[in-house]
Amino acid sequence: MADQADFAEQAMPFMDALYSAALRMTRNPADAEDLVQEAYLKAYRGFGGFQEGTNLRAWLYRILTNSYINRYRAKQRRPDETDLADVEDLYLYRRLGGAQTAQISRSAEDELMDFFSEAEVKSAVEDLPEQYRLAVLLADVEGFAYKEIAEILDIPIGTVMSRLHRGRKQLQKRLFDFAASRGLIDVDAVVEPATDVASSTDAPDSPNAGDSDAAVATPVATD
Amino acid sequence: MADPTSEPNSPDQPAPAGGPGAAGAECSEPDCSDAVAELYSYLDGQLDDERRSLIKGHLDSCSPCFEAFDFEADLRNVIATKCKEEVPQDLRRRIEEAIGREG
Repeated sequence: MADQADFAEQAMPFMDALYSAALRMTRNPADAEDLVQEAYLKAYRGFGGFQEGTNLRAWLYRILTNSYINRYRAKQRRPDETDLADVEDLYLYRRLGGAQTAQISRSAEDELMDFFSEAEVKSAVEDLPEQYRLAVLLADVEGFAYKEIAEILDIPIGTVMSRLHRGRKQLQKRLFDFAASRGLIDVDAVVEPATDVASSTDAPDSPNAGDSDAAVATPVATD
Repeated sequence: MADPTSEPNSPDQPAPAGGPGAAGAECSEPDCSDAVAELYSYLDGQLDDERRSLIKGHLDSCSPCFEAFDFEADLRNVIATKCKEEVPQDLRRRIEEAIGREG
């Protein structure tokens, strides 16, 4: 049993991380603030039932995630199935790894850090369908183990793995699309079965009605 | 370039003639496709010690796989770093007050 008097000392240090996750979940600061506040209040009220010595961080994320799901799931009818058939393993590496090392040289992580803007990375994560997004956030941003993610999301480990697998693929695809839209990648050099990237650079009015993925860009002409 | 087909474990034995026929020995040497298939399990720290050291052994002797793994690990750090936010001071204060009111 944990003493509520210890709550602040133990739980407050995680607030930055929980807020970061909440922002990726809700995609806007006002909702993220509400969510974090709700989660902390729930955690405080339930802290008596928290077993001292167990994983407080995972417990807080579980409360945050449940609060998010209860609040927002009804609103969000996003298709969870995305066609990832053409996204193979090492999708981004195969397209970027070579170009990257050829262009500048080594210190790969710094290079990659500069290659994608913060806004691009955040929206690539936020654009993932909810189920994938939660798994990717918990694994890749927060560094939870599969077992912890399974407990936080209340799903089997196998489901964690498959959501991660698909979520990571989609994330890589999205990042690639950002790079391509900025002209940073020679798309012609890439084996790209989908033709929409390369075909028409000067045709903003695509005849496709409805929600195509043409809204990717904000093609700021950088030089 | 290192020859990726060289077999450190069997210096003077020719590679077994196709198929996992090597009696006694498990088919334990991971090849590139095994390594890629287990890339995330490896990076996620989900492999047991034995499997982990087998994959690590492959990476030590296969620079293309090593580079790919390195890229994925770097990418993950980039994603994690760029997704970090600081909680607004105002929110922190509100939460502390709300908890204070709970008593």
